[in-house]
Amino acid sequence: MQEAGTRRRPDPAAIAIAAVLLVLALILFWDMSRLEISSTYGLGPKAMPIVVAIGLALLGIGNLVIAFTTGLPEPEPADPKPILLILGGLAALIALIGLGGGFIPATAILFAATSAAFERRAFLTDLLIGAVLGLVAYLLFDKVLTLSLPAGPLERLL
Amino acid sequence: MDTLASLAHGMAVAVQPMNLLFALIGVLLGTAVGVLPGIGPALTVALLLPVTYKLDPGGSLIMFAGIYYGGMYGGSTTAILINTPGESASMATALEGNKMAKAGRGGPALATSAIGSFVAGTIATLGLTFLAPWLVEVAVQFGPEDYFALMCVAFITVSATFGDSPVRGLTSLFIGLTLGLVGIDKLTGQARLAFGIPELLDGVEVTTLAVGLFAVGEALYVASRHRHTKETLEPVRGSLWMTREDWKRSWMPWLRGTLFGFPIGALPAGGAEIPTFLSYSTEKRLTKHPEEFGKGAIEGVAGPEAANNASAAGTLVPLLTLGLPTSATAAMMLAGFQQYGLNPGPLLFADKPDLVWGLIASLYIANVMLLVLNLPLVGLWVRLLAIPTPWLYAGILVFATMGTIAAKPSVVELTMLGVFGLMGYAMRRYDYPIAPVVVGLILGPVAESQLRRALSISLGDPLVLVQSPISATLLAIAFIALVAPFVMRGLGRFKAEED
Repeated sequence: MQEAGTRRRPDPAAIAIAAVLLVLALILFWDMSRLEISSTYGLGPKAMPIVVAIGLALLGIGNLVIAFTTGLPEPEPADPKPILLILGGLAALIALIGLGGGFIPATAILFAATSAAFERRAFLTDLLIGAVLGLVAYLLFDKVLTLSLPAGPLERLL
Repeated sequence: MDTLASLAHGMAVAVQPMNLLFALIGVLLGTAVGVLPGIGPALTVALLLPVTYKLDPGGSLIMFAGIYYGGMYGGSTTAILINTPGESASMATALEGNKMAKAGRGGPALATSAIGSFVAGTIATLGLTFLAPWLVEVAVQFGPEDYFALMCVAFITVSATFGDSPVRGLTSLFIGLTLGLVGIDKLTGQARLAFGIPELLDGVEVTTLAVGLFAVGEALYVASRHRHTKETLEPVRGSLWMTREDWKRSWMPWLRGTLFGFPIGALPAGGAEIPTFLSYSTEKRLTKHPEEFGKGAIEGVAGPEAANNASAAGTLVPLLTLGLPTSATAAMMLAGFQQYGLNPGPLLFADKPDLVWGLIASLYIANVMLLVLNLPLVGLWVRLLAIPTPWLYAGILVFATMGTIAAKPSVVELTMLGVFGLMGYAMRRYDYPIAPVVVGLILGPVAESQLRRALSISLGDPLVLVQSPISATLLAIAFIALVAPFVMRGLGRFKAEED
């Protein structure tokens, strides 16, 4: 944490967050203006979005103030690579589910990708572990809890 | 006497074999997730919501409460043995507990936290038993404007008053409120913030948000920091049993911890961190062995552990009587009630006494189970920590996505899970609290409908908000709670994170 006072350089993260909040406020305002029907008495559906949009705008300004004064607490060092690996695994899972590849292969890929993000170098073994985990979960959900999970070619064999 | 009769009736419900089984599963799961770093009780309940959709409501809620209590017990084990609190309510425990473990007194540290948790949990559950019916009688008189004012208090205290920074806390809250607006407006049937995407018409699922923020966000954060952290597990050495001296130094901190934990948990102030740190600093001041603090003083473990368990029971008071969640886990339990179409509050006590009193009675049973599970079996729980980190987080992510896939197998829902995960990562990285987002999403729509109901009853006269004495007082409290941290910066000392 830095002492209160003016910084030499504004905090880029706080500026980004402030920008997101201001854009959100604009979107809320725009969306609210398209609503037509309102209640006879009292508040219509527009009131809450207006209040929240004003709040977001004020907080956007508040975060800008933080950016130019104290800044956010100094974040700890972080690597981008593991984040990309996990998000990649998640994207693969979404694609497989979306394209009808089935639950088990999707789970296996997410498992192996996350494990790789934590610097384990045994992708194939982890893929297999993930597949077994997916299989057990699939059977548990499908047969015991009677909740259906998306099925692909592999699941239809069970 | 009414209360005792209700409790006796509840006990009869709670000892039904199925309910005992649910309680046992709950405390086992709760202890496990408390011990494991990276998953807490809030996330566990979130993960279980879609799975328990078709189960008996009473049993599921008993299980959720068991998870909440169990998480508080289990968190201390990790805090003491590897100095990584399994949940933030155990941060104070880690201060002295890990020092005790390093000095070869891990056994007594675990024992005083388990017994202290039991003592505090039982006293606080008694408090819940007798306070809840009384609060229900008060709450019956609440009109919609009073409920609206009460939610304003909760919004402010959860996000602004006790956090590091009111601006960051309110930012989190308003993001939650924004997400709460998504979907069809119940009164006029118009879609808000849906952008023509059919999946968004039903609104943002609480479970998707919670799992994204807690599970995916946490996994991303820990993975990004993996190369920079080292953890060492202290083996449990020496006797597990406390000496006569240990008992003598523990019992007062247990009771004082309970006195901090229960009321603060019951007030809409949120979280167990404040009472645990209050208890820690009090014990540090009152101890007869000040030289031991910082080197492993048993008082510094006994007090905070009692406080965090008592506060868990305290949080259930506003949750059950007013439908007001004041911590992330309580928010997820509220989502659990809502999934069965139940709304906690005075009506629930009148309509479903079996369910409410069965739940309260099961808390006593859960506490006994937890004492048995945690004292002699602590060695088993420690083995959970031997799971390699890559597999642990890979497993967490698989279960996180599985819950969403089971509830709504759509690309939109899973993409939202990923987006919320990134949001959770950014919030962790830049120290924005997470619980206010979840509370905002759950309570925002409720607050809006109460306000609109109040104003349509008053034919649009906004003065109704200040004409009711209850509502006027609560709004004044909310205003003070909002302004106070800006006026007195000192209040922001306590860290309020998700539990």
